[in-house]
Amino acid sequence: MSTQERETGRQIRCLIAKVGLDGHDRGAHVISRAFRDAGFEVIYSGLHRAPDEIVQAAVQEDVDVLGISILSGAHNTLVPKIVDGLKEYDAFEDTLILVGGIIPDDDREELLEMGVGAVFGPGTPMEETIEFVRENVHDRE
Amino acid sequence: MTVTGTESSLVDDLLDGKHRALARVITKIENRSPGYRDIVSALHTHTGTADVIGITGSPGAGKSTLVDKLAKSYRDRGETVGVIAVDPSSPYTGGAVLGDRIRMASNVGDMDVFFRSMSARGTLGGLSTATADAVKALDAFGKDKVIIETVGAGQNEVDIVKTADTVCVLVQPGSGDDVQMLKAGILEIGDVFVVNKADMDGAERTVAELEEMIHMRENPAAGLDTGHHGPVDEEEMAEVALDEQDEEAWDPRVVETVATDATGVDELLDTLGEHAEWLHETGRIDERARTRYAEEIRQLVRADTAGLLEEVIEARGGIEALADRVLARETDPYTVADELVEPVRECVDEELER
Repeated sequence: MSTQERETGRQIRCLIAKVGLDGHDRGAHVISRAFRDAGFEVIYSGLHRAPDEIVQAAVQEDVDVLGISILSGAHNTLVPKIVDGLKEYDAFEDTLILVGGIIPDDDREELLEMGVGAVFGPGTPMEETIEFVRENVHDRE
Repeated sequence: MTVTGTESSLVDDLLDGKHRALARVITKIENRSPGYRDIVSALHTHTGTADVIGITGSPGAGKSTLVDKLAKSYRDRGETVGVIAVDPSSPYTGGAVLGDRIRMASNVGDMDVFFRSMSARGTLGGLSTATADAVKALDAFGKDKVIIETVGAGQNEVDIVKTADTVCVLVQPGSGDDVQMLKAGILEIGDVFVVNKADMDGAERTVAELEEMIHMRENPAAGLDTGHHGPVDEEEMAEVALDEQDEEAWDPRVVETVATDATGVDELLDTLGEHAEWLHETGRIDERARTRYAEEIRQLVRADTAGLLEEVIEARGGIEALADRVLARETDPYTVADELVEPVRECVDEELER
């Protein structure tokens, strides 16, 4: 983060969320660390969270970015619940939602239509994700 | 100050109990966004009802787990809770991983526990101001209890917990010999000491060391009471002294907990309640608040004048150009500082009619 950015006080806040039953959070740790090193503030949810918990955390922490990591294949049930929850608290409009993990091509379109900003599969370079966040984070002021 | 437009509706929404507005207000406070001061000003009249508890201690002492259980117990007693957890940020990138939320498992799905992570945000400074303002937001929102949680590692953290009515210091067993306890500055600010992980070896010793330290702090002679009965008049004097002490001073307590299974949490809650009661009965609550507000005014004034002087520095060609002149031996830092402060000094002289 440049001095300029620091003086304006704008800090990108992210919630990295592990939702549902899958117990692999290595990827979530790696992205948390990369985001931290990019100068973001990262809140990590911990494993096995319910959609409600993710919504609660995203609303209370007022995050700019919600990164959902799913490897279990349950994205079609879990992501819509989170999107609905955010809408309920008027937090959907200005939260950039990212989904990372194993997502079949057919499902990608559906997620994007639902309001997910981007879907990043395995092997996506970290810089690409960080750049995407910087460019697409919603302007709030 | 008057609030207008977005700020005004944010304030209204916050007072209406909308979580989103509360979250957004805290973000504005953190970012020092335009208008945040008006918001905090507008909230001020609605504050003063929450009990503010500061919790500090070294990393790994179990602060987050204990805060989680405290919040749960307060909720069970029908009270609402706000939590602010402060974590360090990188001084190089400004980035931070705010990890305390993970341990808030007991309060999942309960929106009446409002948990917010804050980072130290390096160079912005005034973290304690931002934290105090965030506390005001939670207070105005109507939270009965506000808990500030921070790692106790340096002066900054000590400042933050000073914004609390009751300061609770967590110590884990075996965290050093008694000299370690004498060294640590944070031990001087505790109203309640919690020996967490009290099921671990060495807990008893840590409790004993803390008790000893507290008594030495209170009164060099207080710890020397051997329990022997002295002559009658001396005993009477002791009673008078005890009465005075009961009324006046707070004797810091030591409480043992095992946060992971909530052992001792109810006792801790009662102790915190007793301290709050003492604060109100003795009028110390106002005394503490007055000290806090005085410090807050000072901090704001310092920050504002520093800002004004930054403008003067810019107008004189920027700090680097000035440093270059010092480097070239054309002038020296004291002369430069004098020149920069001169316009401010003139205004002050005029204002004070000197």
